[in-house]
Amino acid sequence: MTIEIAVHHRFAGFELDAAFRVAKPGVTALFGPSGAGKTTIANAVAGLLRPQEGRIAIDGRVVFDSSAGIDVPPRGRRIGYVFQESRLFPHMSVANNLRFGWRRAARQAGEDEFARVVDMLGLEHLLSRKPAKLSGGEKGRVALGRALLASPALLLLDEPLAALDAARKAEIFPYLEKLRDEVRLPMIYVTHSIDEVTRLADELVFVKDGRIAAQGPVFDLLPDLEFASLAGTPSYGAVFEATVSAQDDDDRLTVLASDCGDLIVPRIARPVGTRLRVRLRAEDVMIARERPREISANNILDATIASVRSDDEGHADVQLQSGHVKLVSRITRASAVRLGLAAGMPVFAIVKSVIVDLR
Amino acid sequence: MLTDVEAEALLLSLRVSLVAVACALPFALAAAMLLARARFPGKTLVDSALHLPLVLPPVVVGYLLLTILGTRAPLGAWLLQNLGIRFAFSWTGAALASGLITFPFQLRAIRLGLAGIDRGLGQAAETLGAGPTDRFIHIVLPLALPGIVTGAITAFAASLGEFGAIITFVSNIPGETQTLPLAIYSAIQSPGGEAEAARLSLLSISLALVGMVLAEMAERRTRVLVGQ
Repeated sequence: MTIEIAVHHRFAGFELDAAFRVAKPGVTALFGPSGAGKTTIANAVAGLLRPQEGRIAIDGRVVFDSSAGIDVPPRGRRIGYVFQESRLFPHMSVANNLRFGWRRAARQAGEDEFARVVDMLGLEHLLSRKPAKLSGGEKGRVALGRALLASPALLLLDEPLAALDAARKAEIFPYLEKLRDEVRLPMIYVTHSIDEVTRLADELVFVKDGRIAAQGPVFDLLPDLEFASLAGTPSYGAVFEATVSAQDDDDRLTVLASDCGDLIVPRIARPVGTRLRVRLRAEDVMIARERPREISANNILDATIASVRSDDEGHADVQLQSGHVKLVSRITRASAVRLGLAAGMPVFAIVKSVIVDLR
Repeated sequence: MLTDVEAEALLLSLRVSLVAVACALPFALAAAMLLARARFPGKTLVDSALHLPLVLPPVVVGYLLLTILGTRAPLGAWLLQNLGIRFAFSWTGAALASGLITFPFQLRAIRLGLAGIDRGLGQAAETLGAGPTDRFIHIVLPLALPGIVTGAITAFAASLGEFGAIITFVSNIPGETQTLPLAIYSAIQSPGGEAEAARLSLLSISLALVGMVLAEMAERRTRVLVGQ
């Protein structure tokens, strides 16, 4: 599954010139500030906007190519679109909204697929209602189901959570994660929230002023200082996947296995085998040259320094490699000098706290 | 309760108005779609021309119809000879005049209804596999329904009161073109017809009142139906 997108479009006072390529399925986040051109890219991919120049191919299938004169209409692209304002048809019941794309799909999913999606999104009790009688979170779920049932090859989500309050977001999020992990549908997820990127995305495409300013795997970009300053993210740090490997009921602790070793965290009520995402913020990671003893921290990881960067504010940002995981630690410049930290040096990373994003 | 003459005038009025509204509706819908969705040179002029019956004296509309479709006018004569269609001095002519006069009422209401439809819904339908005709039938038309209903009812009510264009174009023939307003006019003109005029006027007022109540109810029902 390869997604190739090149879009060049000039508006009054704004020029979009964005090209990127994602070679693996999963969730690609189009991340960037409002007005950066993210939605315009999504609209071009869906076929709702015809770029002046460009080429868009989904898994080798060219849906738009200005130089070859190819412009497949939206209904022929097999791209599901979940809009920010949900855009449910107000005159139809939830059931008929869900069946709208389902009935028109070239390869129509069966009744069992319909039932499965209804069940997965918890829509059973809403089927006979009109959209006006739904809450914001329910509307979002129906819009998601409607797009899914049209059997798309790719799903576009344009800020599906932006209009919702924290509680409604928490209601929808598990469904999005289910889509990523169970349905395994490739998704392009437009957002301006780094939290959503952190929790959901595999690949990160950073859009700024109509251009692609950075691109890479989420696990590589989020601990990257340059990306953090470019994107202006308030706090940055490492993100990686871990699996619940043991539960210590006596001490009420949970052991997580990851590529940088085991992590011991306060009890997480999830069964052994559950995969989840773990965040280690740069300010929560300390560095020691010798293995500390008699210390309260539970997690001390072996690591190698990849780089040390000091700034004028007295900070030092230390990039670390621990196993296959990129970690980052923010300490004072004075400490970095005192310890004589330099690239290639083996150190110990002391983790003060581990943030676990529960699914 | 009603005399034969009164019943005849009432039924004729209803028939003329019903036919007028029903025949003008598709044209009003097409014109409203054109004005609401399309962009073309001279749009303002077309827009104004379509609304002309609203501001023209009805007598002028009747006169124009007479000069175009009268039995001695070229088009009227041609229609009569080749297709056997005659508008002059016939109730169909009254319906034509009424339909023309009340056309802008339908046009305006439908256009407002169309303008109120979120264009994003059409886009959503497009990404879900719906082509242009599909979208028109399943998205645009149902959502424009409140506007269409409002327009049709307003036009029907206005049509019941049409006088000038009808009397000018198809004259005042009892049982053929003498609708309620024309019957009232005749009653007033004839000596000792004051009581008859009063009865017919009362009938007109009751009809208008019932019509308005029904209109309000129908509009509310359709709005609920389309989820507004």
